[in-house]
Amino acid sequence: MTAAAPLQVHDLSTTLFTRRGTMKAVDGLSLTVGAGETVALVGESGCGKSLSALSIMRLLPDPPARVTAGRVTLNGRDLVPLPEPSMLDIRGKEIGMIFQDPMSSLNPVATVEHQIVEVLTTHTALGRTAARQRALELLEMVGMPDAARRLGAYPHQLSGGMCQRVMIAMAIACHPSVLIADEPTTALDVTVQAQVLALLKRLQAEAGMAMIFITHDLGVVAETADRVVVMYAGRKVEEAAVDDLFETPLHPYTAGLIGATPTPGAARAARLADIPGMVPPLNELPAGCAFAARCPRVMERCRHERPALTAPRPGRLVACFAAEQDAA
Amino acid sequence: MSATTLLSLNDVHVRFNTAAGVVRAVNGVSLDLAVGETLGLVGESGCGKSTLGKAILRLVPIAAGEIRVEGTDIAPLDRAQLNALRRKVQMIFQDPYGSLNPRSTVGRSVAQPMAIAGWTAEATAQRVDTLLGWVGLSADAKQRYPHEFSGGQRQRIGIARALALSPRLIICDEPVSALDVSVRAQVINLLEDLKQQFGVSYLFISHDLSVVEHIADRVAVMYLGTIVEAGARDQIWRNPQHPYTKALLAAAPIANPRLARARQRSVLQGELPSPIDPPAGCPFHSRCPMAQERCKTDRPELRTVGSGALAACHFI
Repeated sequence: MTAAAPLQVHDLSTTLFTRRGTMKAVDGLSLTVGAGETVALVGESGCGKSLSALSIMRLLPDPPARVTAGRVTLNGRDLVPLPEPSMLDIRGKEIGMIFQDPMSSLNPVATVEHQIVEVLTTHTALGRTAARQRALELLEMVGMPDAARRLGAYPHQLSGGMCQRVMIAMAIACHPSVLIADEPTTALDVTVQAQVLALLKRLQAEAGMAMIFITHDLGVVAETADRVVVMYAGRKVEEAAVDDLFETPLHPYTAGLIGATPTPGAARAARLADIPGMVPPLNELPAGCAFAARCPRVMERCRHERPALTAPRPGRLVACFAAEQDAA
Repeated sequence: MSATTLLSLNDVHVRFNTAAGVVRAVNGVSLDLAVGETLGLVGESGCGKSTLGKAILRLVPIAAGEIRVEGTDIAPLDRAQLNALRRKVQMIFQDPYGSLNPRSTVGRSVAQPMAIAGWTAEATAQRVDTLLGWVGLSADAKQRYPHEFSGGQRQRIGIARALALSPRLIICDEPVSALDVSVRAQVINLLEDLKQQFGVSYLFISHDLSVVEHIADRVAVMYLGTIVEAGARDQIWRNPQHPYTKALLAAAPIANPRLARARQRSVLQGELPSPIDPPAGCPFHSRCPMAQERCKTDRPELRTVGSGALAACHFI
């Protein structure tokens, strides 16, 4: 990736300071997203994918969470040391975000028009009348049915899919160069999910946005991503182009996730390949590889030594001793 | 109805009176489920699939139609007879935390069905150990409380409790939707093992088509309170007939990037209409790419179509 990539995350760590001790929820994450590129962040609950997004946006609940190391470079500027007023200018303008639950992310007592106009008048020079006109254009752009009438609607009068369209309209209103979508379709029905995914792809292609797409659903990853970052217990364990990842997963955890996901249309396996056990709690992470206790390829070394990310092949990154052995 | 029919639904209706009007949650559903079969019931939120599951246990009132379990009509059952029915038919829910008493130990929760059935303390205790073993939990789980367990373990507790009195049928209402991918696979495998071992049947309600494709022998597709297509799993997946089934399958993400790019994808427009005032005629006509004038007035009946499945559409 070139230095011109709009978003570069370098060695980002986010720590939770709690009564039960301090724990690293995001541990040394590096990530580059180019213009027009979609990078999927994948992992199960608690792996740190959403906290990574909130760290980038500087929206962490503090306390208990704080960025303790690393840089987040957006269009050449490091966001981590910026004071909150500067972040207020950046959020919604240079970087947009869409959340899983659009109902609770929208203001329940303001109309759709009011909420979109607020974004526009905050970040652009548009006057109220022009902003209103633009709000209607945006709603039409995101495929809101009967857009003119919906301007006056409150969130509770809209379906989940329509609320998500409003969220997307607000997120793209100021042409951000980076869009972070955190499980944007998880709460939606499958036909509406398909609509929203198609919409995001179209808007991204039109505007050349860099997009981080956070999801636990490998089907959604396969449909949307160019590149995939797999996270486990706060760390990146594998990164690859989407085809490579699904065809030759290098990390046993990635292989486990793919095996555990039924693929319609593929030959039916008698049993799904499950991953035994569960994700260890962050305050009980083992000294070695966090996945060792569940790993089918675990070696003695994995239990006391933590594998670093290595590049066994061009364009691939993996943190696993067994994968290193395979490549040697 | 044949001798192997375990559950038989005939033109079942469930209605709820609300301030906004009458919600026709289930609007004339007929279905059979055979002994040892897993029937997948798929559809989007609000299509009535969970309500239908609850109606089979009489957890919601049946407005019209007939539900028979092993040939017995469940509508006229009194309280004692209903208890007997609920030994045969059990249910597991999406949110295992919400369906376990947080102030009751797991041992007590799992023992409750036996207590109601009048088992001795000793027999009950033995049964609890057996059940926890079957679902892969250690015996020390008995003394612990639901909050001490992960989501996947809680779902195992729910399954143990459902199995307590050796039911013939378990209604699984989105049992894996709240679970992470790796744990979801564990629970699906457990359900399949238990079916092999005990010959229990499942009505597996889910919005997740890939899970249903994996687990079901037969599939029924529900839209706005009615069944629009039903058939063997392969009939539905390889050769879907109803336009809604086609749209649903086309919308389901495929966890394979090359297959995902290769397929033709026509995204269904619009959203589910309100069940308060369902459209006249075919319930799907307002979103159907094939809809004609006739679909707005004539409701199509389920009938056998070319693929061998049942479908409700005028143009198949």
